[in-house]
Amino acid sequence: MGIAVQLKNMTKKFGPVTANSNINLSIEERTIHAIVGENGAGKSTLSKIIYGMYRPTAGRISIRGREMRFGSPREAIRAGIGMVHQHFMLVPELTVTENIMLGNEHAWLFGKLPLKIMRGVIMEEAGKSGFSIDPDATTGSLCVGEEQRVELLKLLCHNASILILDEPTAVLTPSETDRLFEILRSLKAKGKTIILITHKLDEVLAVADTVSVMRKGEIVATMPAASVTKPELAAMMVGRNVMLRVENPPSTPGKSVLVVNALGLRTEQGKQKLDGLSFSISAGEIYGIAGVEGNGQSELLQLLWGLVPHGFRISGDASLNGISVIGKKPGEIAAMGASHIPENRHRHAVILDYPVSDNLFFGRHREPLFHNGFGFSRKSIEENTRKLVSDFDIRCDNPAHQTLGSLSGGNQQKVVLARELNRPGISFLILAQPTRGVDIGAVETIHKKIIDARMKGIAILLVSSELEEIIALSTRIGCLYNGTIRREFSLEETAMKRGDENRFRREIGLHIT
Amino acid sequence: MRLQTKQLITPVLSILLAFLGSAAIIALTGRNPLVIFQKMSRAIFGSPYGLGQVLFRLGTLSLVGLAVAVPYRLRLFNIGGEGQLQMGAFSAAIAGAVLPGFFPGPAAAFICILAAMTAGASWALLAGALKVRFGINEVISTIMLNFIAQGITGYFLTYHFALPSTVHTAPVASGAFIPQLDSFTGLFNGSPANASIILSLGAALFFQFLLFHSRYGFEMRAAGLQAEASDYGGIDTARHILTAMAAGGAAAGLGAANIVLGYKHYYELGMTDGTGFTGIAVALLAGANPLLVVLTALFFAMLEYGGLSVNAYVPKDIFMIIQALTIFLVIGFNAARKK
Repeated sequence: MGIAVQLKNMTKKFGPVTANSNINLSIEERTIHAIVGENGAGKSTLSKIIYGMYRPTAGRISIRGREMRFGSPREAIRAGIGMVHQHFMLVPELTVTENIMLGNEHAWLFGKLPLKIMRGVIMEEAGKSGFSIDPDATTGSLCVGEEQRVELLKLLCHNASILILDEPTAVLTPSETDRLFEILRSLKAKGKTIILITHKLDEVLAVADTVSVMRKGEIVATMPAASVTKPELAAMMVGRNVMLRVENPPSTPGKSVLVVNALGLRTEQGKQKLDGLSFSISAGEIYGIAGVEGNGQSELLQLLWGLVPHGFRISGDASLNGISVIGKKPGEIAAMGASHIPENRHRHAVILDYPVSDNLFFGRHREPLFHNGFGFSRKSIEENTRKLVSDFDIRCDNPAHQTLGSLSGGNQQKVVLARELNRPGISFLILAQPTRGVDIGAVETIHKKIIDARMKGIAILLVSSELEEIIALSTRIGCLYNGTIRREFSLEETAMKRGDENRFRREIGLHIT
Repeated sequence: MRLQTKQLITPVLSILLAFLGSAAIIALTGRNPLVIFQKMSRAIFGSPYGLGQVLFRLGTLSLVGLAVAVPYRLRLFNIGGEGQLQMGAFSAAIAGAVLPGFFPGPAAAFICILAAMTAGASWALLAGALKVRFGINEVISTIMLNFIAQGITGYFLTYHFALPSTVHTAPVASGAFIPQLDSFTGLFNGSPANASIILSLGAALFFQFLLFHSRYGFEMRAAGLQAEASDYGGIDTARHILTAMAAGGAAAGLGAANIVLGYKHYYELGMTDGTGFTGIAVALLAGANPLLVVLTALFFAMLEYGGLSVNAYVPKDIFMIIQALTIFLVIGFNAARKK
């Protein structure tokens, strides 16, 4: 077997920052080669260099034994390299066929598009690789898994033989992930080489032939995937041993804190987003909501935080410590002892241009503690900053002047967590995707803090698309499907089934699709 | 966000370069720029009257500057300072004219100032309400409101309030006059500088405290930077948009009181003469910092009066070029720094 991609002493610098340092890597033809690493380890830079988006500062790249110097992705595409980006590059108004042709129309400016021929090519390519797709559907109407297949087809129709996939499973459900892997295996059998960029170790072990681990811009190891275990991979990524599974001591729930009763939500257009949703959470309990995105999670979260869009119709009730939250504003709900860590922290939980210290009390800035009659009390703000920065190990040099936007994602996350978990009198916490975009090393800290909060008697609603996380943290689990809880796993069931994680994951997967 | 030296570099550099540019233009008209600049500075600093003139202009310019700067902190661009100034000036004049003569002095002045500020605030509030309720861009609505203000004041002046065969209203009751500084200090030799300068400086201090040291300002700036995050944080963003616009409009209205009650004592057609637009330049040059607004307003006040004083040698339009050049440079420097 030949070498598809070879990098020799490749280094990439952005100004003073070295993103990739002295990379030596050989990717064999007809294999699935995974590249794993934490955020900022240099995976994306590496993939973008292979794809011709960046030029290396030093070193050589050869494709199938021929040395290449790509000036642009267009040249890389001509050399048979294709990339599926984490965020799809599709025009939702166009059909599948039109999207695939985009940028490669085979027609003069005012000429007729060869749509029929292309349609045939697409059907043929799809058939060869073993997946079905409707070439006339508009891409906006497709689900995420299908959109990804369109992206793959696009590459295949452009005759790519080396496929780079950047975090392809980030948006997929477990069953869709399985399907993607089948497709990847069949593509490999057809002679394609696949480079898989990911941070999900289970997947690497499931599908990859070879795995390379990156840390701080360097490749620290390359080995056959069959010869390595998950904890070993995690340790290589982080550079120390990590606990992948936080300790979850048994819980003894107290009185019920949040009661959601037959909650319904209908959009202005009459679409039913939540439908007879009922569950309750007690003090000292983590209620995990498992589900594929778009089954009512965001609507539930908005509703519980008093941010229902204008014109939506609510039925049923949700009450916190016996008082209904329906129709209340976020500030009022927070004052009732609730706290919310939203999914999109960049947009919803922090002010990126404010200094770190201001963000450490943003949203809690009405608390009398931070005032001294005539404006903010600088002393108590400094005190608050010092305490939270050390308690949560937030890495920053000058919290009073450094803007939050200059911190890394994991540290931003810690800022939000620190602030919210320290709300005085908190009895209920909403956590949405608490570790999305966070490194393995930081996940450990965050999970520990969540369990700590539970032990202190806080009732926690956990919404996450990572089943692993739901299983690891939850006391009880509800499977959300089409706006209602389809199946709830009791305290005993959850504790028992947690033992065989893979099986539990499959079982939950059945109830959410 | 407090005052830092590096905040000053850009405006100072811009002003210097703009002066160099205008010196070149003056030289092109066949005059010696040094002589012109010398004449200007003599006009400004050479007499108490000149200083008073600059002080008077400083009052209005810093207030219309604040009218732009305060909403700008919420990422709202208030182009409507001119309209707000006009409405304020007209309201102050009408209130002063219809007020019965027996009203005690300070109360009359207070009522007229309040009328000016209310009128300016309401006019700006209209744009704020359109933004909050219908999502209409405040740049477009404030520009349009400028035209409407011009039409309304023009109509009421011409058809209802102008004294026969003039283009101005009846003078305000003498109790509504804001005392001129000259009258109680004897320092400014009949210049229009008046006590409202204290109000302008007070307004700048007030806004500086409000924006950067109070909870209200913390919320206001957050609402402008990231509206959605502010909603999650329990902040009423709509209310802050409305108050910021209203506060800006009220500042413009106060600026109008300086002209009407402190100097002219009546409303005259075209008396605001684009001063409201200069407020945009004042605010941008100051980086929308309320305290710096006072400094940049001082610069523009000197330019305005100095330009007027050398009108016989060089057309005063040259000084409008300096104004525009300065703003271009500020924007250019800021863009370059971001890169």
